[in-house]
Amino acid sequence: MKGRWVARLYNMSVNDDAGGPRSEGRASRLVAPGEDLGDSEGQEAGHGILVMDGRLRATKQGRVTMNGNAVTIEPLRSAYIPRPSDLVIGFVEGCTNNIWFIDIGAPFNAILPMSLGPGRAAFGGTRSLMDIGEAVLCRVQEVEETHSSVVTMKGMGLRKIRSGNIEDIEPHLLGRLIGKGGKSLRQLKEDTDCRIIVADNGRIWIDGELDGIVDVRDRLQVMSAEAKSIGGVA
Amino acid sequence: MGGYGDVQMLDENGLRMDGRNPADLRPISIETGVVPVADGSASIRWGTNYAIAAVYGPMECHPRKIQRQDRAVLDVRYNMAPFSTTDRMRPGFNRRSREVSKVTADALESVVLLEMYPRCKVRVEIEILCAEAGTRCVGLTAASVALAHAGIPMTDMVVSVASGKIHDVVVCDLNKEEDNYGEADLPMGILPNSGELVFLQMDGDLSPDEFKQAWDYNMEAATAIHEIMVEALKGGDS
Repeated sequence: MKGRWVARLYNMSVNDDAGGPRSEGRASRLVAPGEDLGDSEGQEAGHGILVMDGRLRATKQGRVTMNGNAVTIEPLRSAYIPRPSDLVIGFVEGCTNNIWFIDIGAPFNAILPMSLGPGRAAFGGTRSLMDIGEAVLCRVQEVEETHSSVVTMKGMGLRKIRSGNIEDIEPHLLGRLIGKGGKSLRQLKEDTDCRIIVADNGRIWIDGELDGIVDVRDRLQVMSAEAKSIGGVA
Repeated sequence: MGGYGDVQMLDENGLRMDGRNPADLRPISIETGVVPVADGSASIRWGTNYAIAAVYGPMECHPRKIQRQDRAVLDVRYNMAPFSTTDRMRPGFNRRSREVSKVTADALESVVLLEMYPRCKVRVEIEILCAEAGTRCVGLTAASVALAHAGIPMTDMVVSVASGKIHDVVVCDLNKEEDNYGEADLPMGILPNSGELVFLQMDGDLSPDEFKQAWDYNMEAATAIHEIMVEALKGGDS
């Protein structure tokens, strides 16, 4: 083993700008968990930030964004955690006599009681209304402290999904997909001539001509791949 | 440990068998996103060590008896592949892997914000594919990169590194021979941003002065390794 094979403390980091250009304080700054983000004085700690001993500390890998005096981290990866009034697309994963269990992509399945379901059936008739594996568009009604949640199908446009395709993207990419004031999403709908519903849990319902669906799918995949390959630097 | 005094591990210039100075680390490289189906993953090459860590979750906690109402549980499994060493490792859990899994979980629990995911479980799988020496440090370092990659909130990343003693000389980051025939080994888990310690073991004996020296080597090395970890995370997936 010769000298080349040896790493010394001072020559270990070869690439100083591996994460792309890092301008101070602006949106493109990438951070890793544990990174110090300055004094917490006059600053508000947002998502992914913790105040420890009067200093702001990143708890997630992502991009720092400043909004007024609120500092938040836009994570590069995130799990979906349900919040009340979220529109979600779920799959029926199981049922009892009067309750459906809906997989909404969160750590826990949500409960859909018969009283909030798509219609009425006799006690024990849950499967005649919605069977296991079927997709539903529903809204999160309540979330407990322990993350168990109840979803409802009572409301405008909430229904069983019978046609089209459902695609998955990571929930933190939704903002990018929708764009400012829904601009990008509107454009996407126009371009592909598809009906698209973007749910808060990162599932996207696409309906229309086959070509259009494939087009939307491709674009979603490109977006996800880009976000991963370049560390989320847009 | 000890008893192999005839093995020459330092040359007349004080260089080690692989040409390193006492304070030098082996070369380290880390990649993220090596397991696409996992929520977060990292692979690490540390000298000839090669390990992969994958993180799944937060997910529903099974079995229910280990579930906690106020926080998530970390389910860490450290495993060495049968082909990772020269004598075949018998596949499956053994006393040693159980111990390493436990100390790794304990170290990670002190940084991961588990209380954000009550009743959940975060699964951390560490697989050692090629083992030279210091695989517990390699595994712990890879696991903390994988956790950060998965977007699990944590107050800091754990950097783990070991120093030890060969022929009464304290050296950083022992290799296979130094680990086998050396006199002592001191693995540490360090939080690089605060300098806190979350994991400490000692195998063999060190005098207070030697301990201090090993401690300093580890602290210095942790800073360098942390830089590589951050770079891997910021550089995007491979």
